[in-house]
Formats: sequence, structure tokens, C-alpha cells
Amino acid sequence: MTFTHLLSAADLSREDAVRILDTAEELLSVASRPIKKLPTLRGRTVVNLFFEDSTRTRISFEAAAKRLSADVINFSAKGSSVSKGESLKDTALTLQAMGADAVVVRHHHSGAPHRLAHAQWTQGAVVNAGDGTHEHPTQALLDAFTMRRHLVGGGAGPLGGKGQSLEGKNITIVGDVLHSRVARSNALLLDTLGAHVTLVAPPTLLPVGVDHWPVQTSYDLDAAMEKSDAVMMLRVQRERMNAAFFPSAREYSRRYGLDVARMNRLPDHAIVMHPGPMNRGMEINADVADSDRSVIVEQVTNGVAVRMAVLYLLLGGAAEEENE
Amino acid sequence: MSTTVIRNARLLDEDVVDLLIEDGAFTAVGTGLDAPADAHEVDATDLVALPGLVDLHTHVREPGREDAETVLTGSRAAARGGFTCVHAMANTDPVADTAGVVEQVWRLGLEGGFCDVQPVGAVTVGLGGERLAELGAMADSAAGVRVFSDDGKCVSDAVLMRRALEYVKAFDGVIAQHAQEPRLTEGAQMNEGPLSGELGLTGWPAVAEEAIVARDVLLAEHVGSRLHVCHVSTRGSVEIIRWAKSRGINVTAEVTPHHLLLSDEVVRSYDPIYKVNPPLRSADDVQAVREALADGTIDVVATDHAPHPMEDKECEWSAAAFGMLGLETALSVVQQTMVDPGLLTWADVAGRMSYRPAEIGRVAGHGRPIAVGEPANLALVDPSAERVVEATDTASLSRNTPYAGLTVPGRVVATFLRGRATVLDGELQEVYA
Ligand SMILES: [Zn+2]
Repeated sequence: MTFTHLLSAADLSREDAVRILDTAEELLSVASRPIKKLPTLRGRTVVNLFFEDSTRTRISFEAAAKRLSADVINFSAKGSSVSKGESLKDTALTLQAMGADAVVVRHHHSGAPHRLAHAQWTQGAVVNAGDGTHEHPTQALLDAFTMRRHLVGGGAGPLGGKGQSLEGKNITIVGDVLHSRVARSNALLLDTLGAHVTLVAPPTLLPVGVDHWPVQTSYDLDAAMEKSDAVMMLRVQRERMNAAFFPSAREYSRRYGLDVARMNRLPDHAIVMHPGPMNRGMEINADVADSDRSVIVEQVTNGVAVRMAVLYLLLGGAAEEENE
Repeated sequence: MSTTVIRNARLLDEDVVDLLIEDGAFTAVGTGLDAPADAHEVDATDLVALPGLVDLHTHVREPGREDAETVLTGSRAAARGGFTCVHAMANTDPVADTAGVVEQVWRLGLEGGFCDVQPVGAVTVGLGGERLAELGAMADSAAGVRVFSDDGKCVSDAVLMRRALEYVKAFDGVIAQHAQEPRLTEGAQMNEGPLSGELGLTGWPAVAEEAIVARDVLLAEHVGSRLHVCHVSTRGSVEIIRWAKSRGINVTAEVTPHHLLLSDEVVRSYDPIYKVNPPLRSADDVQAVREALADGTIDVVATDHAPHPMEDKECEWSAAAFGMLGLETALSVVQQTMVDPGLLTWADVAGRMSYRPAEIGRVAGHGRPIAVGEPANLALVDPSAERVVEATDTASLSRNTPYAGLTVPGRVVATFLRGRATVLDGELQEVYA
């Protein structure tokens, strides 16, 4: 691998990304075995360092590490008076003392994993599990993995798209791009994998400078539907209307929500995605979320396999070298 | 008092001369000067003599945060930077909003003896932005305050700003505005632009500065008052100030060394050593403030020296404090960005870092030319020196320099405050040694 940490989707070359997806494809089969464990990371320590609540993401990483036989330490720093960041440094020094081989960090401040990786407070590999409004690269990887299974190699599912990218696929990402780490990571990774990304949002929820991103932007969701191979709905907090990002939840939902009528304008093969947790009735209608096109539950399953692949490639490779 | 003779100093860009200093003043300037036998001799061969530098914008943390900086440590850092007078901003704890606090700061400076510390008075009580502080009492105090600022916060209420501008006319004061529209910068972390979007940090848009600068120059024109704009950081602000000056509006402006040297690209590291308010801007803005300093649209360089303890910088970007050190590196940064590229002469530097700031701040005895009868406030600089900035090599109590590891030109060899050497051979000279 050409990366030692996974802080941003931009850390990955196309070769790296495809290798992660291919590895995840192989590891996904482990999940269907009666004994779901591989000995690959035996003796290795993975710390889940969560400064922000996210049971879903933590459980996903925990399952991934355990299925590779790593020792897992869950460290929840939330609530332990972490308004100032001294604790990030102190926590990192503690983890270093414990011999963490990988640190999976979730943090409410953008750039915290970057600080952890580059301030020389710890030597373990740092995996960004979501930082502020910056990035969430493993979410982007699991999204790409899910897309490849459905959209490449005739949508053959298992191993269908092995070795392949998402070249030429049209992906539409809709919603609060400004505050979304998922959107940032997806825009970068999908571009790396050759897909065409269109971000759809009210102008208030697109960041200044989005014209420098490798994407197209649109304010019109209807116009984007017919050419989409996948449409990804981002979570939108209702409270955003209090800061005048949009007038009301109802208006947002009418203009940018995915309902059945809009969904029916998608091509037949197109899929509907959501990184969760969903705001049903806001950005996505319940009938859409539960429809045949929805791959939302599958995204969760794929998350474990993709995170296994990331840990395996970050740590497993190093172990093999040591044994040689 | 003792006599000092300085041999072979280059007077700005002009002749090489000797300078005779007696009783705190220059008593002779010329070649081959006779000096009394007991005169202290300083060899200034290859050094440039600048009038003692004057900073309009220094944060000493006393009273309140003496762990980060005191008046004394700030003065010592100032002397090492070639300064003989600094203006201490009002955002201390308690705030410098009464005659009592400003006199305390002023006296501490005098007692320290390294640098005159001219307090800036708060515009509003407690920097609260609601009621005017007793500006007249601070003006009439022993400290003789003439510069008033809520720096750190913007006087955003238009009526209050208008009244402050009007009121200080009674004693020839000036309002130094920290131009930051508060609602447009809620939670702001860095310059708003392509990089803030990419890094997921809340943006501090240029328009939040420019909107206040535009409003304030119009207010200053309307009431015929004197306005000073702190730390101009954007091309738009420069253009507004240029327009205001062309209309004859009585506005002056400053730029910091860090806005002359650094652009927002360094924020990619997420290292809060680069976190400052106003934020580091685009490369185009850096270009604009350099041009404006060269053509006089921006009158002065002011450091915005802002010490912080390490724990407020060794953390996540968004949790970190705003501000960076500046006193000991200001002249080197100005040499690198302005003098070496030919944008300013040393005479221009004297104007922008000594004469003009003293004039804006109305401080007597500083910002005077090096001439017979003038107070002997002086910095001797070696422009051919190169040095690597080290965070620990500082007289400040804090270490938050953004230049650590950078090689910069120029070194302050000596500083004289009213004839007393505060720095010789680059070393601080203790007062009673
Ligand atoms: Zn300020």
C-alpha cells in the first residue's frame, strides 16, 4: 500500500482503492462462514478512540478488528471534559504507551485524526472514522464497494466487479454537502475511481469553493435523476433551518427529498443509498428507504468487510514484513 | 548618565556615520566623531541604524494571564525585536477600560525599562460592545491614552462606533477597529475559500472584514474623525482603504508580519500554530497587502504579537486559541517580504515601523529621526545575517511562533531606549547590571 494512515479519501490512489475493494470482496465471504474469524491480526492491538458518539461506526470497526483476531480496546473519550484538546495529546500518549498498532479515531473536530497522525504523539496507523465536517473515508469506501457490486460486471454481486473501478458511472449525492464528511470523502474517492459525481443541494448547503472539487453541482434534483446510476441521500438536520440554510423542513423535503415519484424517474438499474442514520420524511421518504432499490441495509454489512480490508492492508502487510 | 558612541552605522540607506549619545539623546551625528575617553563604544560596521521601532498592536497578557506573557517579558521580547515602544492591547483580565488599569500597565512598562509600554484603552466597558468606557479618564490619566480599541472583538454596533469616533476627537484620540462582522464569522476557523471547504473548517469570509471597513470609513468621513484599521488582511479591504484615502478620509491601516508572509495553504497541516484572527488569507491577498504597504495605502506594520501557552496550541485546530508571536521576528519578515524584493527601502521601513505608528498613536519621544537633539531610540540591524527561527529562542513566556524552522534574513544586534542599551550583541542587557 502507498499509505500509512487513512485520513482522507485523497490518500488513496486508484490502485489502492481497487485493492481495498477487492480485499473486502474476499473478506465478505468470511462473514458468511460459521466461524467468522481469521487469524491475520492476532497479537495486534486496535484502539477505537471515539470522541463523538457513533455506536454504528464503532461497532462496525470493532467487528472488523475482531474478525481479524486483533485485540480491541474501546476508548470513549466523550464526556470526559474534552472541550480543550489537551486530552487528545494525553490520550495519544497513553495509547502509545499501550502499544496501539492502529488507532481508529472519531472526532467532532475536523483534522483531529490528522493531528494525531502527524504531531508525533503516537506511532500507530491512524484511521479516520469521521472527523467534524471534514471526511469519513471508510464510509466512502463502503459506498464505493456497494456501488461496484451493483453497477459493475453486470451487477453480478459477489466478485462481479473484481479488479474494476467505477469508470463512467454517474453518482448523484444530495443534501447537506456543506456539513457532510461523507460527501467530501465520496467526492474524492469516486473521482479517483473514475465516476462522475454530481452534488445536488440548495446553494446555501454547498461550500464556498466547491467549484474546485472534482464534481459537478446542481440545484435541481429532478434534472439529475434520469442519468443517475446511484443516488445517495445525505442526512439533513432539521435544525439547519434555524440558521437560515433553508426556510422549513417541508420546503427542503419538497425540493430536495427523495420520494417515490422522483425515485421512479431513475433508470431501472439505479440504486438508492444513505449513509445513515436516516431522517425519514426529511431527506428520504419511508417508502423509498424500504424499496427494492434501496441498498441501505447492505451498506451496513459491507461496512464491516471494507473496514476489515483497511485494517488488514494497513497492519497485515506490516506483520508479514516483520516475519520475513 | 553615561555616554555612548556608535561607530560606522549606516543611517538608513544613506551615509555611514558615527552617533554620539549623551544623556539619552543624540548630541552629534557625523564621521570621525570625537568621544570622551570613558564613552562606551559600539562598533556598528555593516549595520543599519533604524529609529527605535514602534508597535501599534501588542498583546501582553498582564493583568490576567501572566502565565502567557507579562508586561516585562513582552517588553524584553520587544527590545530583542528592535522596538522601543509598544501599544498594549486592552483585552486583558480585567480589561483595560479604566484609568486604573491603563496606568498600571504603563507603570509596569516604565519599571521594566526595556520598552515604553503605551496602553490602548478599551472602547466599550469590558469589551462588551454595549457602553462606552470612560475614554476621557484614560486619556487624562498618567498613561495619556490616545488609541482606543476593543481588539479581539469588533465594535460592531454602528451607533456605538459612530459615537466613539466622535467622542475621542476631544483629545485627538483614534479608534483602532478590529474589523470582523460577528454574525458572518460565528464559529469561524480559517479563511473562507476552496481550502476551508476541503478541510471542513468553518470559513471566515473576507466580506466580514470588508463590510466593517467600508462602514467605518464612511462613518469616519461623516463625523470627521480619525479611524485606524487593525490587521488588514484582504485585497478588498485594501481597495476600500485606497478609495477612502483618495477621498481624503482620515483613515490609517496596519498589516501584520504574518499576513505579509503566510497564506492559508499552511492550514492544510491542521497545526493550530497557524491559527490567527483575522485568518491567514489567500496568496492573492498576501500579494495585495504587500503592494498596499509599498504604496502607502497601508501605513504601518503592527505585530499583533499574541502569546498563548502551549496547551492552547497543542490540540485540535478548532479547540485552539487564535494568535501568534511577532515581536522578535517582525523586522526579519518585513526584510524578507518587502526590503529584499525591493518593495521598501530602509528609510521606508523607518516610516512604516517607527515614524508613522508613533504619529498614529500620538506618542511623544518615539518615531523621531536619528538627528542631533532627538531622543536616542535606536535599533542596529545586520541585514546580511541569516538565522533559523527557533521557538525556544525567545524572551516571550510563550512559544507560539509560526516561523519555527524557517530561515529568515536580518538580525537585531542592538537596541537603545533613550540612550540605554536594552540589547547588545543580540543579548538583553539587564537594567541594573
Ligand atoms: Zn485584532
